[in-house]
Amino acid sequence: MSVTYDGTEANDGGEAYEWHHTSPLLDSLSQTPRIALVGNPNCGKTTAFNQYTGTHQHVANYPGVTVESKEGFSRLDDARVLLLDLPGTYSLTAYSQEEIVTREALLPKDDKERPQAVIDVVDASTLERGMFLTVQILEMGLPVVLACNMMDEVRKAGTVIDMNLLSRRLGIPVFPVVARKGEGLDAALRAAVAAGQGEAMEPLHISYGSDLNPVLMEMEKKIVHANALLDRYPPRWTAVKVLEGDEALVAELGAYDAALLESLSAMRDTLSRHLEATLRIAPEAVITDYRYAYIRGVLRDGVVRKDNTKDRLAMTDKLDSVFTNALAGPLIMLGVMYAMFYTTFELGAYPQGWLEAFFGWLGTVVGNILPDGLLKSLLVNGIIDGVGGVLSFVPLIMIMFLLIAFLDDSGYMARMAYMLDRVFRMFGLHGASVMPYIVSGGIAGGCAIPGVMATRTLRSPKEKLATLLTLPFMACGAKLPVFLLLVGVFFQENKALVMFSLMLAGWAAALLVSRLLRSTIIRGDATPFVMELPPYRLPSLRSVLIHCWERTWMYIKKAGTVLLAISVLLWAAMTFPELDEEKARPFETEIAMLEEQIRLLPADADEAARSDLASSLEEKQAALASEELRYSFAGRLGTFVEPVTLPAGFDWRTDIALISGIAAKEAIVSTLGTAYSLGEQDPEEATGLAERLAKDPAWSKAVALALMLFVLLYSPCFVALVVIRQEAGSWKWLAFSVIFNTVLAYGVAVAAYRIGSLVWG
Amino acid sequence: MKTLPLRQLTTGKKATVVHVSAKGELGRRIRDMGLIPGTEVEIVGRAPLRDPVALRLFGVTLALRNKEADFVTVEVVEA
Repeated sequence: MSVTYDGTEANDGGEAYEWHHTSPLLDSLSQTPRIALVGNPNCGKTTAFNQYTGTHQHVANYPGVTVESKEGFSRLDDARVLLLDLPGTYSLTAYSQEEIVTREALLPKDDKERPQAVIDVVDASTLERGMFLTVQILEMGLPVVLACNMMDEVRKAGTVIDMNLLSRRLGIPVFPVVARKGEGLDAALRAAVAAGQGEAMEPLHISYGSDLNPVLMEMEKKIVHANALLDRYPPRWTAVKVLEGDEALVAELGAYDAALLESLSAMRDTLSRHLEATLRIAPEAVITDYRYAYIRGVLRDGVVRKDNTKDRLAMTDKLDSVFTNALAGPLIMLGVMYAMFYTTFELGAYPQGWLEAFFGWLGTVVGNILPDGLLKSLLVNGIIDGVGGVLSFVPLIMIMFLLIAFLDDSGYMARMAYMLDRVFRMFGLHGASVMPYIVSGGIAGGCAIPGVMATRTLRSPKEKLATLLTLPFMACGAKLPVFLLLVGVFFQENKALVMFSLMLAGWAAALLVSRLLRSTIIRGDATPFVMELPPYRLPSLRSVLIHCWERTWMYIKKAGTVLLAISVLLWAAMTFPELDEEKARPFETEIAMLEEQIRLLPADADEAARSDLASSLEEKQAALASEELRYSFAGRLGTFVEPVTLPAGFDWRTDIALISGIAAKEAIVSTLGTAYSLGEQDPEEATGLAERLAKDPAWSKAVALALMLFVLLYSPCFVALVVIRQEAGSWKWLAFSVIFNTVLAYGVAVAAYRIGSLVWG
Repeated sequence: MKTLPLRQLTTGKKATVVHVSAKGELGRRIRDMGLIPGTEVEIVGRAPLRDPVALRLFGVTLALRNKEADFVTVEVVEA
């Protein structure tokens, strides 16, 4: 079947090379058919995928990219069908990761991974734009089934689409679909499987006009002659891509046959010069224009009949006149952000508390069962505390992503980016950076971990990187106990002001560092904004839940496994080497003596005497713990770096606390407590530590200020680092986050200490 | 016929794209979204800080920075 319809002129004829791709899978029906789902962002593709696969899906990771695609199985009668959910994209050039991933998945290097057919999901209300992707897939020579989604909206708007005519003109099966209700999905899948098992598809041959057509034909001949990449791409497609100046394909072609590429590039350059001189445009612009001309040709004469009395976007326009209003818009946005925060942290606090209580209980139970010793210490202080710490964040992450998914799917998130882009652009960021910042602690109390994961909604790589590297500066929830403790002791008179200033300091650091990064190591022009503002829609519960569960599970899996290892490591650093017998003996003797005295107290003994003894026992135990900590690797490291941190006013105790804070910022206050021989401190209620610091001459307002700023800015915690590595795609950025942030924090802390010492004496 | 940069089009007025001068990635993205000669566009709104600008073209709302809109020349459709 040859599909050549080009609206204006006939096929160029000539000696066309018959490009038939035979997939090995086509020959054996016993194997599971592979069907790819492709479509624009917001076209309902993921809804369709969820309907097809239910929960039988998983994220398929492509090495080196962070755009994700998913795989899942669906049933068609008795057969299993493998569905690939590829990233939403408008086009198939090589500018964005979404496009590259989709292209790689459609025409992969490995023949076995080639999908037999594609279900192209388009929003039926915006067929013209959606089909821009369709024609590009058809040009690749893949069998396509067009699923015209959101037909309910189309019908409601009084629009009629002639599916038969559309199908005839495109030469492919076309189905009306309402993905959220499952309507038409089965028929589309059946057709796709059938198309995949039918005859090989002839690549669509669009006419690109009198300037390009002869050049393309010449190029095609050369490509066929050189037998270049014919096992992977149709030769005309390769030629079109060369004319488009597609970097990925040009590189691949160059690696295969440099001489061929050179001759093709020369042809392209000649054509470019000609087009520039006559039409002031580049070849790729001509290609786009002709693709749209083709689409307009297909859609002409009554394929789509609109009812002009009804406006599908009337509701959206009305909402936008409020939500993006110059005055009400920003206010509503602030309200939405605040409400989101309030819900996450107020509501999330309950399950978080239950989980913490559960792990506390588990620790006590295990502690009571096991005899004192290393195993108990490892299990209780290392593993249960560490993993419990991570898992206690799960409820927060679930709620946060539930809300984010809702805002995203409803279309409001795009409006936030739209309203804030002007501000964020000044710092080399993108309007869509706002959500990750907020989640990370832009409103104090967030968490960088879901924040980093939220950068996935950013489609511009440079802005995304700058966002995820700077968001750890925000005042996350785990830094708050440190601030509360120090503000409570040293800034009693204007608590609220100092806390608020710290939050602003987080913003200032994030935005300024981002500006710095974007003009140095992540330099480059702003990625074009060009963003769709989708119509407001009520999100489906199912897709919001699935989205939320995916993110949460990812967090549990990645953070859980890595943190387990880190917890053990940190525990070991704070436990070994154990204190020498000789050094420990004086403490142990005294402890044993006190214990003996308490045991020997008569049952009717004075309460005061008993509690006196008990408190001296606690004191001794704490002194031993402090000595043990100082003797451990972590303690030695703290003592070792002390000379470096003294200019900022930190002694070895603070240093150990800060080192343990890299594991989890929550650990700072409790470690400080141990280092000050106060035993473990409850970070929420560290009264003992507060009194101790207030009395200590080594502490002052200046030290407190320096420490708070240091904690605000220094290295992200381990779990955050793990997700940074995952999202940024390289260990390099993890190392950068640790080193750069710590150096910056150090500089700021030293300056704050100096200035503070001058001001407060 | 009066042509003007897209940025200067008043809200609510319809116009037809006559030329897109952007090159490279920006040009590509603008065109991919259907902003090509012959497409009818209308400005439906501006962000609170007057930038970016929201356009409507064949049923799609598209946001574009002012700077990016300058690459698009339009011709006002007389009502």
